Amino acid sequence: MLTVVVFLPAAVAVLLLAIPRIPDRLCPHVWVAAAALDVVLVGWLWWRYADEEAGGGIAFEARLDWIPTVEAGYHVGVDGVSLPLIAMSAVLFLACAVWSVRERQRPRTYAALFLFLQTVCLGAFAALDLILFFVFFDLSIVAMYFVIAGWGHGDRRRSALKFFLYTFLGSLALLVGFIGLFLGADERTFDMVALAADPPLRDSPLAAGLVLLAIGLGLAIKTPVFPFHTWLPDAHTDAPAPGSAILAGVLLKLGTYGFARIAMPMLPEAWERWAMVVVIVGVVSAIWGALVALAQTDAKRMIAYTSVNHMGYVLLALGAVGLAGQADTDAGAVAAVGAIVQMVSHGLLTGALFLLSGVLWTRGRTHEFSQWGGLARPAPVFAACLAVAAFGALGLPGLSGFIAEFQIFAGAIQAAPVPAIIAVSGIVITAGLFLLALQRLLTGDTAIPARVPVRAGAGARRFDDGDGDDGGEDRGRSENRTGPMPDLSRWEVGAVVPLLALSVLIGVAPRALLNVVEPAATTLASVFGG
Amino acid sequence: MVDPLVLLPEFLLLAGALAALLLGLWTPRDRQRRAAVIAVVACVASAVATAGALPGGTETAFHHTWIVDGTTGVTRLVVAAALIAAVVLCRSAFAHHDRETEAYVLVLLAGIGAIALSASADLLVLLASYLLASIPLYALVGFAKDARGVEATLKYYLMSALVGVLMLLGAATLMLAAGQTRYDTLEASLPQAPTGVVALGALAVLAGMAFKAGAVPMHFWLPDAAAGASPAAAAVITTVPKVGALAAAFRLVDMPFADVDANVPVLVAAIAAASMTLGNLAAFGQTEVLRLLAYSSISQVGYVLMAVAVAARSDLADAGLAVYLAAYAVANVGAFAAAAVAPRARTISEWAASAARSRWLVLSLTVCLLSLVGTPPTGVFVGKLAVFTAAGDGGFGWLVVLAAVNTVASLFYYLRWIAPAFTQHTASAASSAADVTPADVTPANVTPAQSAPAAVVHVTAAGSVVLGVLSGLWLATTVG
Repeated sequence: MLTVVVFLPAAVAVLLLAIPRIPDRLCPHVWVAAAALDVVLVGWLWWRYADEEAGGGIAFEARLDWIPTVEAGYHVGVDGVSLPLIAMSAVLFLACAVWSVRERQRPRTYAALFLFLQTVCLGAFAALDLILFFVFFDLSIVAMYFVIAGWGHGDRRRSALKFFLYTFLGSLALLVGFIGLFLGADERTFDMVALAADPPLRDSPLAAGLVLLAIGLGLAIKTPVFPFHTWLPDAHTDAPAPGSAILAGVLLKLGTYGFARIAMPMLPEAWERWAMVVVIVGVVSAIWGALVALAQTDAKRMIAYTSVNHMGYVLLALGAVGLAGQADTDAGAVAAVGAIVQMVSHGLLTGALFLLSGVLWTRGRTHEFSQWGGLARPAPVFAACLAVAAFGALGLPGLSGFIAEFQIFAGAIQAAPVPAIIAVSGIVITAGLFLLALQRLLTGDTAIPARVPVRAGAGARRFDDGDGDDGGEDRGRSENRTGPMPDLSRWEVGAVVPLLALSVLIGVAPRALLNVVEPAATTLASVFGG
Repeated sequence: MVDPLVLLPEFLLLAGALAALLLGLWTPRDRQRRAAVIAVVACVASAVATAGALPGGTETAFHHTWIVDGTTGVTRLVVAAALIAAVVLCRSAFAHHDRETEAYVLVLLAGIGAIALSASADLLVLLASYLLASIPLYALVGFAKDARGVEATLKYYLMSALVGVLMLLGAATLMLAAGQTRYDTLEASLPQAPTGVVALGALAVLAGMAFKAGAVPMHFWLPDAAAGASPAAAAVITTVPKVGALAAAFRLVDMPFADVDANVPVLVAAIAAASMTLGNLAAFGQTEVLRLLAYSSISQVGYVLMAVAVAARSDLADAGLAVYLAAYAVANVGAFAAAAVAPRARTISEWAASAARSRWLVLSLTVCLLSLVGTPPTGVFVGKLAVFTAAGDGGFGWLVVLAAVNTVASLFYYLRWIAPAFTQHTASAASSAADVTPADVTPANVTPAQSAPAAVVHVTAAGSVVLGVLSGLWLATTVG
């Protein structure tokens, strides 16, 4: 069943490529249908999860030998950590599909690439084998490279290359770490469940530390945390809006998920020993990300840096779990819950924010704050969505971000009081920068950039038309650009509003999510202090 | 006596070569396709004969000087598959050429030489195999008789002769030390021999294998030979002899040099490190497709040598060799076949301009090149995983880290080919149907001579992925 969920999008992608009879304009609709079907299937998984999991927390397991020589196999399953992330990814991919319905530039390849990316991301979350995880982890980089290089804007080739090289370096470090785990295990295997049950390298702290360093480096680049975050702003700025949403919403989670799934349960002693370093790195990322975001003049870049900030909180929480281990497992569990909820919440909210920034791009070909102003008047729906997403991202009670950050700090303050208090101040900065952004974009005199340069020639226009949502009702107005800004189209509303609604739902009624997350978080925290 | 069935795959190839040669003599120039058909049939028969005998135990022939085991089996299968692709590529490159048949015969003979290298269990047989694997390729490199080809041939020939003499010297030294040339007796007697003499002899013999494999510091000939030859011939010289030489090196380190005092594994590890690093560094600056691929093949040899280095130290080494050799051969042939799609295009941008119209070709090329990088789930990924694990298991942690860094570096120059192809394709797809495409690249102008290499690219791309996904099966049948 889980296998179907994972590979359904890829199968549809192959169909799209293999059957040229499907007209180009219909491809995005096929994509939406496939993504929607996947969401339904994930919903079914969620519904059946409580019944299916048998004690160990893992449900829907499937196993197949792949390379018996090194004990690597196709082994998938979901638990309380991966299921929420799978659900969040499926929803976000659906949102991106809906958002891209009007994609004009090679819609077939575009849809196929995103469907492939969806398979890869879901697969990485579902993988219970290190090599399988690595396979999906690496393929996510490849697919995202082509998304940025093929459909991005600005200096996209360079950004895509930087993204590829940087994160590929991380994935190779990860591979070296995995090999270390394999060689260090008593019974050599790449199976995550087996490795977590009998953590390798218990009696050699140095080797365990080195392996943790390799894995940590790999995941830190992906997450990304300071000082490995420099690929992120460029990749985000030049990626198409759905690409950014997926990159921030799903791919970054692979990094933090890897910490929770691999580094912590498999190297518990090393994690405990180096937990303070993790906490400090997390806090520095949070503060640094917030400060740099504050200094941005480009809306998309600003959102990109807030990802660094939010991922810093996740890392702070995971480090705190290691620190709290000995003294107070309950505090550790609270922090772990916070980390997982933060991953889900950040995926939804940042996905929405990036899609909204894509609205700016399709209307005016720029994300510069200075070019925009007073958008609340011509585009009230856009303004409302942006406000909700921004308030969610800064942690306003009633939205998912609050549930996450509250638990992170509640769990961390006991284990690491000083870093936690410093990190809280990051929230103030984030609040400031989001309010500033809202003020710049939504209030004041209405300012909408003219779209002169792109109208130069029909041929050139087609290349530049990356986000392609300017057909239909918006075409008539684009002839004289000084007119009012068109508000969100039906499809854009259909993409963004469900994300925000889910965030509010988690904020108001978090039980449905927490019931799944809490047992897994307790298991994660109980690894320590044993 | 020798059981002829043990040598059946080689006999079949030899029979195919002779039959093609004789038939070619009596066939008009425009019907020489039948010689190609015979060559392909011989390769298929050889592969089938090999597969039928797998997974078998170890068998020997000619008084233990010829050994047939899992490693030989891997070489036989990989070489047979590479030869089929090579014949198809040669057909498209040399169709209606004066000496078309000769190309097929030379390719088959080189293939037998490569298998002989891997099956040698005696230094003198190894020397003979070295010559058999080299001489047909001199002719093949200079097949077109143009200035670049002749220069490349001469360089290849002179280097090869020099290294051959060196190998002979090494074999003589080892014989002086142990009084024997057979591997199984060397394995027992070399540890008692003077270390310095053994080290000198081992170094010289391994130098020969490094030359055939194109490993640093014996790699100078390879880029020139590859760039001077046609893409088809370049595909052969960067695949067939390399596979044989690496298997032979593996056997040398695994058997006669396993217990000697001279630290052969460290020597091989150093060669591996130098190959992967220098091959990569040199590839960065290349603008010619064939030179880029030649340097890439030099660095790829470095990764395979990791498995060779730990041949006697790790149980995982033979699995690493088996997967990596096969995966490398498939992906490498695919990349050269992509170059053969547009044989007149020398530089990457020329290639992209003339061949990147086809979405599927770009996709398959991307798969082949990413496979060379080691992106999962392709064959080379499993190969890299296996050799990295084996090297780590054998105590070469530093080599694993270096190889990982080199893998990242290699991504850069493979992307230098993928990116223009992809962008070119983007541009052509975006231009409307009404646009008049340049005359030389319309689909109607892609002659059969160019669609055959494209088919090879597709098959190898699919093969790369299949090999990765089914690597468990491949390992089970070859190394057991």
